[in-house]
Amino acid sequence: MAEYPTFDYDVLVIGAGGAGLRAAIEASAAGVKTGLVCKSLLGKAHTVMAEGGIAAALSTTDSRDNWKVHFADTMRGGQYINNWRMAELHAKEAPTCVRELEAWGAVFDRTKDGKILQRNFGGHKYPRLAHVGDRTGLEMIRTLQDHGVHQGIGVHMECTLISMLKDGDRVVGAFGYERERGRFVLFKAKAVVLATGGAGRAYKITSNSWEYTGDGHALAYNAGADLMDMEFVQFHPTGMIWPPSVAGILVTEGVRGEGGVLRNSLGKRFMFDDIPEAYKSQTADNELEGWEYCQGNKTARRPPELLTRDHVARCIMREVKAGRGSPHGGVYLDISWIKEKLPNASEHIKRKLPSMYHQFKQLADIDITTTPMEVGPTTHYIMGGVRVHPETQMSTVAGLFAAGECGAGLHGANRLGGNSLSDLLVFGKRAGQFAAEFAKQHGQGQINQDQVESLARWALRPFEPAASRSSTGENPYRVQHDLQETMQDLVGIVRTEAEMVRALGEIESLRKRASQVAVDGNREYNTGWHTALDLPNLLIVSEAITRTGIERKESRGGHFREDYPEKVKSFGEVNIIVRRGRNGEMQVVREKIPDMPAELKQVIEEQR
Amino acid sequence: MSGANASPTGRSDKEMTAVTFQVWRGARGEGQFVKYTTEISEGMVVLDAIHKIQAEQANDLAVRWNCKAGKCGSCSAEINGMPRLMCMTRMNELPTDKPVLVEPMKSFPHIRDLVTDVSWNFEVKKKIKKFKPRPPDNPDGSWRIFQEDVDRVQEFRKCIECFLCQDVCHVLRDHRLQKQFIGPRFFVYVAALEMHPLDVENRVEDLKKSEGIGYCNITKCCTAVCPESIKITDNAIIPLKERVVDEFYDPIRRLFRRFKTKTKGG
Repeated sequence: MAEYPTFDYDVLVIGAGGAGLRAAIEASAAGVKTGLVCKSLLGKAHTVMAEGGIAAALSTTDSRDNWKVHFADTMRGGQYINNWRMAELHAKEAPTCVRELEAWGAVFDRTKDGKILQRNFGGHKYPRLAHVGDRTGLEMIRTLQDHGVHQGIGVHMECTLISMLKDGDRVVGAFGYERERGRFVLFKAKAVVLATGGAGRAYKITSNSWEYTGDGHALAYNAGADLMDMEFVQFHPTGMIWPPSVAGILVTEGVRGEGGVLRNSLGKRFMFDDIPEAYKSQTADNELEGWEYCQGNKTARRPPELLTRDHVARCIMREVKAGRGSPHGGVYLDISWIKEKLPNASEHIKRKLPSMYHQFKQLADIDITTTPMEVGPTTHYIMGGVRVHPETQMSTVAGLFAAGECGAGLHGANRLGGNSLSDLLVFGKRAGQFAAEFAKQHGQGQINQDQVESLARWALRPFEPAASRSSTGENPYRVQHDLQETMQDLVGIVRTEAEMVRALGEIESLRKRASQVAVDGNREYNTGWHTALDLPNLLIVSEAITRTGIERKESRGGHFREDYPEKVKSFGEVNIIVRRGRNGEMQVVREKIPDMPAELKQVIEEQR
Repeated sequence: MSGANASPTGRSDKEMTAVTFQVWRGARGEGQFVKYTTEISEGMVVLDAIHKIQAEQANDLAVRWNCKAGKCGSCSAEINGMPRLMCMTRMNELPTDKPVLVEPMKSFPHIRDLVTDVSWNFEVKKKIKKFKPRPPDNPDGSWRIFQEDVDRVQEFRKCIECFLCQDVCHVLRDHRLQKQFIGPRFFVYVAALEMHPLDVENRVEDLKKSEGIGYCNITKCCTAVCPESIKITDNAIIPLKERVVDEFYDPIRRLFRRFKTKTKGG
């Protein structure tokens, strides 16, 4: 039997974005031996791309804000299928988590009286996002990283895990490989926190990098844990669309928060045309009022550009379909127009949105202080993920926890911008805390060596000479590309039963092709091999999105069905769960959402 | 409305040009340039071309990348000899009548193809004294800080840790003083801590003794390659050097320190 480098931890955290770092900090602060594994280098995770800010009812910029308003906003944005307990904890605990970051060295933009400045964002009633220009994610990840490295956390960079290891019903470790040498590594752990982020790589147009292949979703699913709300994928309304090579790269909602407006090719601000009933009372009905809101006038209501992301994305699609799109199939996002209102507009834009200025200047030859940007929807985030206990973040498998994007519950059918960074902090912290507690109460489990050996054999299959395979071998990049086309075309922003059923067939044949992938070269930093090993995860997530998408015969939040364009009350009472059946088949079940306590119902009523 | 963007409709989006690349391939410092020719379309950056080569001609070509938008600092390399981010180097700014050279960074141990071992940087950071804030100003644990007080630090905190400044710095690249010298990235890091309005730690002695700030002779190469346009030399290194001078070479302070040591010792 082969010997693999083996590491022993009380708590193993998989993923080093905001949630993973925060979990690792909390676990190690609780006095347990903590390991942190990340697929890339430390500090490069997708949190770094978050631009707008961290949503927390600090009420420094508008004193009317408090946890109740934030809670109600989150539930409204998620169309009431969120886990209400998570939404409550999130709203209550986010301010403390933001102040904690400041105590660890984060430098937020300030109000005139020296407090943390908060900015407007879609779906948030008051200015609520603590931010640093448009690079808040960088500030957050660097603060956590720099704080964490002094805590004695064992960091394993460029290491990818391919399976959980179980002892009976409990997770006791994980097995994977390190990129540099391609060697296998074995981790023993009393508790494991998944913080692997999203699965945007299942789609062709995405803001996500190569890493986001639904690893945590698949690791949990294969370990027997439930996934929930997988039908809800967030298409961010404003991604870059031109030139083609940058298609999908995010354009922060902060542009709209600072007064940016959306126009079609006729120059019309089309967002005024369709304001959902639930938001009518808090949305401006004229351009002047919208601008005044962005300037901090507390009696003004917010402009329709700041409606929720699912809605804005669909309005953009509608304009494009109706032939009122921009030359490259999007619409215009214009911040330059504020020069009509502000004397020093150009400087203001560069100061508030420096990386957007930089990004467009360098990648698209466009000066956003003088010229509108062309934008269109891009796959950005998955609301669905590992089903967790709202307080402890433990999944349905003992010892396995999940936090951040790979977890589910907080965001329901649609996530509000800014609620992701706060999610990472609040639930990363909780996952770390409860994983540490679990580790203290449980001993080291037994590793099943046979399982490890068969995983190792499976992982090396793409290197087998062509003669031992039934076909000549598939190019892993080609298979991934074809899967992305399938999901983009058949399970995208607008869905139908027929297309999703077709997608299931495609996914099945792609799975066969994925089992035939072949790679060149050796095991050292072989990106072709890594792509091959990521494919099964992407396929699980894609299948889950498609099956739950078929199951939910209504339109809600990020899930829009052309064949069922309305909300259906009975679907508003359930979450859709996915789990692995005895024979490896994917089971889809509906589960009733627990009743909300009267006091929370009242909070929602008060905030209508 | 569409005025400024009207031109793209007129031009052919599918126009392709074949461009030749010389990409460094090999492992642990051993290797050679390998020639690839690939089609380039409008707007492509060097990283796109490398990805295209990887997907179509060299599946195992090792390259590190993440965000593809100049925000994560993963895809650092040397393009036609210049340290740059591959994701922010547009093809239309490079001469394409001769091959485009793409090589790994030179200051770090080579792993494979375009990937280097940058772990030294992470070790250096661990040794720098961590952030130590003054006690909170308010009972809720918060502080009162003004924008004017943080502007300077926010410039340094834009750093994306691409390590291009470390790559170009001759103290590291040519003189290999990795043991005595922390490099521009970490002077920026120390500056961010030292100039942080809440920080009360003193790192000046470390700057002189273990971090080797004296080795920097202000050639400003680091500033020239910084993709975030941080004025590394002028705004971070020079002020830190001044602090070291004030602390250790100011004749009056020197006298004072000698006196203090004597009384302490005696």
